[in-house]
Amino acid sequence: MSNFIPFLTLTRKELVRIFRIWSQTLIPPAINVAIYFIIFSHLFSQNTFNYQGFHYLQFLTPGLILMPVITGAYNNAAGSFFTLKFQNAIEELLVSPISEHSMIWGFVVGSVIRGLLTGLLVLIISMLFVRLPLQHPFEALFIIMDTAIIFALCGLINAIYAKKFDDIGIVPNFILTPLTYLGGVFFAITSLPSEWQWLAKCNPIYYLISAFRYSVLDISGAPINVAILFAIVLTILLYAYTFYLLKTGKNLRQ
Amino acid sequence: MLALNIQDLTKVYANGHEALKGISLSIKPGEFFGLLGPNGAGKTTTIGILVSLVRKTSGMVDIFGHNIDKDLAAAKACIGLVPQEFNFNSFEKAIDILINEAGYYGIPRAIAKERGEYYLEKLGLYAKRFSTARQLSGGMKRRLMIARALVHEPKLLVLDEPTAGVDVELRRLIWSFLEELNANGRTIILTTHYLEEAEKLCSRLAFIQHGKIIQEGKTSELLAGLNEEAFVLDVAASSKAELHCPAYQIRWLNDEQLEVTVSRGTHLNKLFEYLTTQDIAVYSMRNRVNRLEELFVRLTQTEDSK
Repeated sequence: MSNFIPFLTLTRKELVRIFRIWSQTLIPPAINVAIYFIIFSHLFSQNTFNYQGFHYLQFLTPGLILMPVITGAYNNAAGSFFTLKFQNAIEELLVSPISEHSMIWGFVVGSVIRGLLTGLLVLIISMLFVRLPLQHPFEALFIIMDTAIIFALCGLINAIYAKKFDDIGIVPNFILTPLTYLGGVFFAITSLPSEWQWLAKCNPIYYLISAFRYSVLDISGAPINVAILFAIVLTILLYAYTFYLLKTGKNLRQ
Repeated sequence: MLALNIQDLTKVYANGHEALKGISLSIKPGEFFGLLGPNGAGKTTTIGILVSLVRKTSGMVDIFGHNIDKDLAAAKACIGLVPQEFNFNSFEKAIDILINEAGYYGIPRAIAKERGEYYLEKLGLYAKRFSTARQLSGGMKRRLMIARALVHEPKLLVLDEPTAGVDVELRRLIWSFLEELNANGRTIILTTHYLEEAEKLCSRLAFIQHGKIIQEGKTSELLAGLNEEAFVLDVAASSKAELHCPAYQIRWLNDEQLEVTVSRGTHLNKLFEYLTTQDIAVYSMRNRVNRLEELFVRLTQTEDSK
């Protein structure tokens, strides 16, 4: 049996769901970021902050674009998979001959598209406030897509382990959001004392934000090659672990 | 080639519960097979293993020649499952549930839509095709689960309590639909608590209890093995005296009902003559229980007493 039709079916189903509840999936991050821009543009209108030749709002924007991509992809995969699990509708997939790869990519592609759409909305809003040069478009595209894939996979893993709805709220609220905020969205890691810099560099999101900021503004942070390699290795590890969980039926089959 | 070949199947759950203790079953293509047993006997575990929702501990399962350890995807493609509990996304439309299900089995969307509409029509749900699952009544949801199980045209249809909680009219509609499917060559496995249902539909039966098959055979042969029948008589009597009549075991159930047990083949003429002499008038009579129920109770009680 071809794996393409099952994959396409699952992806299509995910997209229908995302657009059916567009007011929950696409609009809130855009409103959030618009508010950030209004506040920060007002606060820093007279500010002389300058990081490697860029105004604070320019420095801020790549991180603000990546933030909803991270949360959108994560929440989509976790929410969609766990809702199916909660309603036992996941059995539709488990009893069918759909392969584990098709299942993973079906959820991941849906989540990546949601992440990218929210990122695009934020980009459009940001262009009302700030000019972005987009210095390395291919690197930018790679980082933003891989970031969405990484967090979609994390969301899937979370949903596989989750036993109640609270379990898919804990990780984004208590781990993902703090890591994102501490990953250098709002400040340069180099502005921290050296002992905190070391800790900040242990945060995986730092490498993604830094690489995305580099690809947009050409600002040096974490070395781009290291960041890309890190993103690829993380993607492979997360994919392999998700595949293992689905193959063995952990928390899904008795 | 057998439709289903199960050998020495065991299942021990993580909590140590031994749900299956080495069951073996063979079902030929085209059979309508009933798997009966009390709650917790191992029926749903067996079905769960066939559709890979439950992982077996040991044993062998072949579905139309496809071993579930070596060729699980091909084995799964042969099965359509109607589970005991509703398990669809309640926010999806009925037609979308069927089209997506077909898609998971690799069926192109255009064909899936055609088939989905056909089965919704067959099961009286066509008018509700654009309703979400949660807008459907309990009976409609049951029929939708049957349609969903059939949309990829499986060779083997597995039904776990398909008529639980549905009204008599709908139950009969489902029965005739299943009979039609079986007449067209589809192999069907049915678990049910309605023994009348199993007696009417199944050509072969297996009784499962405490994770073991305790009896298996053709329905007609199993029922022929019953050598006694019991009747309940609604009567009017002036007194509730002790009743003794050769060849009949008679006992009062209450002031207006008698239970009479006779060997199979014994006529009832003498019973009525005797009751007349005792000044007892008989107004109506019925079997105490359905014949299969009688067999079921005996088998499970015998097994329990061991």
